[in-house]
Amino acid sequence: MSVLIFAENWDGKFKKSTYEAISYGAELAKQAGGSVTAVVVGNVSDEDMKALGKYGAQKVLSVKNDKLNAMNPSAYASAIAQASQKESAKIIVISYTYSGRSVAGRVAVRMKAGLVAGATALPSSTSPFTIRKKCFSGKGLTDVVVSSDVKVVGLTPNSYKVNTADGSASIESFTPTFSDADFASTSKETKKTSGKIPLTEADIVVSAGRGLKGPENWGMVEQLAELLGAATACSKPVADVGWRPHHEHVGQTGITIGPNLYIAIGISGAIQHLAGVSSSKVIVVINNDKEAPFFKAANYGICGDAFEVVPKLIEEVKKFKSAH
Amino acid sequence: MKFLVCITQVPDTTTKITFTPDKKAFNAAGVQFIINPYDEIALTRALELKETLGGTVTVINVGQAVTEANIRKALAIGADDAIRINTEPTDAYYVAFQIAEVAKKNGYDVILTGKESIDYNGGQVPMMLGELMGLPSVSVATKLDINGTVATLEREIDGGKEVVETKLPFVAGAQKGMAEPRIPNMRGIMTARTKPLTVVEPAACDLLSSSVLFDSPAAKGECKMIDPNNVGELVNLLHTEAKAI
Repeated sequence: MSVLIFAENWDGKFKKSTYEAISYGAELAKQAGGSVTAVVVGNVSDEDMKALGKYGAQKVLSVKNDKLNAMNPSAYASAIAQASQKESAKIIVISYTYSGRSVAGRVAVRMKAGLVAGATALPSSTSPFTIRKKCFSGKGLTDVVVSSDVKVVGLTPNSYKVNTADGSASIESFTPTFSDADFASTSKETKKTSGKIPLTEADIVVSAGRGLKGPENWGMVEQLAELLGAATACSKPVADVGWRPHHEHVGQTGITIGPNLYIAIGISGAIQHLAGVSSSKVIVVINNDKEAPFFKAANYGICGDAFEVVPKLIEEVKKFKSAH
Repeated sequence: MKFLVCITQVPDTTTKITFTPDKKAFNAAGVQFIINPYDEIALTRALELKETLGGTVTVINVGQAVTEANIRKALAIGADDAIRINTEPTDAYYVAFQIAEVAKKNGYDVILTGKESIDYNGGQVPMMLGELMGLPSVSVATKLDINGTVATLEREIDGGKEVVETKLPFVAGAQKGMAEPRIPNMRGIMTARTKPLTVVEPAACDLLSSSVLFDSPAAKGECKMIDPNNVGELVNLLHTEAKAI
């Protein structure tokens, strides 16, 4: 069963989520016995494309077109669908990032393929093709059976590890055809939140809530995050009152994340918040209320005043970083 | 201008999610269902735009008769009329297909959905609907303005935001920021009772995927409490035991 992976790039560079998707696709192909092709849209260096071989890609279909340098979901979906037809791919893997989400459903409709929207593991069975995903915003898990001939797997970032080995992928230039409809909407402007690690891809996330009493107290949160190479997040009430931007809100009606380490400061742990962070591998809770429900969902807890504990933690992390 | 807003009902956000003993279905006993929060944002924005541009706002739902209480709530918030497609919503493709079949006949200028439902979280109905109807679609949209026959949207992308322009008709998925949901007033609640709610039967559609089993996430083990005067111990455990730093 041939596997096609959409190897996403941002401004010509691949990210961890791209390597996760290729590692995942390569493992799928190994299990089912088939070829592994990655499709790259945009200007990525040959060297970087060849290097996808390290993660298991045998071949790269490179789509270069001046009209496609900005992410255009419809045209990207056309390229992916045509690449999958060319390769007779039975499984299409797309990392479920923002841009992955914006193309996955389009590809699925074009290929009349069933879609697993946010897979968190390899298939538990290939016949019937069954994959686990989260549902109810992280409060539940469900096994999705895809019954169509071609299948699309949207892989949740941070849910599959990157595998590396020796290898180099061959590069083949690919020129799909595009329709006017692919360019029906046009990008006018992009606003980057520069220098920040995207929340969904961060290995470590430092998050804070109402316990911090006001937006002026976020300095220590940002400092701790910077020391750990972490992204910052917040709880819903904090975003609702405007202390922090909405794109930092993690929880049931915000972003769902699954980092290696989640540090929650002054967040009580309402069920809606837990839903968004429950798949974090390690959870640390710092709260002055020993009855805070978050402690029940945590691996490590410190019951104490955040304004005393966090500065101490910053000093300890500094010591640790200078020693390692 | 004709607006169509797609709504679905979901368990209230405070619900403790449990499944039936055979794990084949969500346990809906005693659960309060609400309009999906993102759909409510879409509905509010449609009503705001109708107030300045004129026109009608129709809500559409794919669901069994039990969803009618929430459809009436959408009418109470201000929608003019409603359509219910009388079938169980299974996967995103099925839902999008059913809505597309109805929407194609009625010629809407603007079709809005939530960016995802908070039960299955797939987030694919807006894009699938766009594909099935041959219309442009923009999702995770935090802003929507319409000027003549052109819509300007702001959508979330990886690491930032993007301003997108598209011609009408189009499909958009609403994210927080597009509008602040409204609470129905007494007059709205009274008039909602008599607003038209049409029930249509589903069209034949292939089922491409289905949820066959449900489970609850594994519970965490005991929380290890650390003395607030010995924060160094936390750093040590995160490194040596949890291997997280």
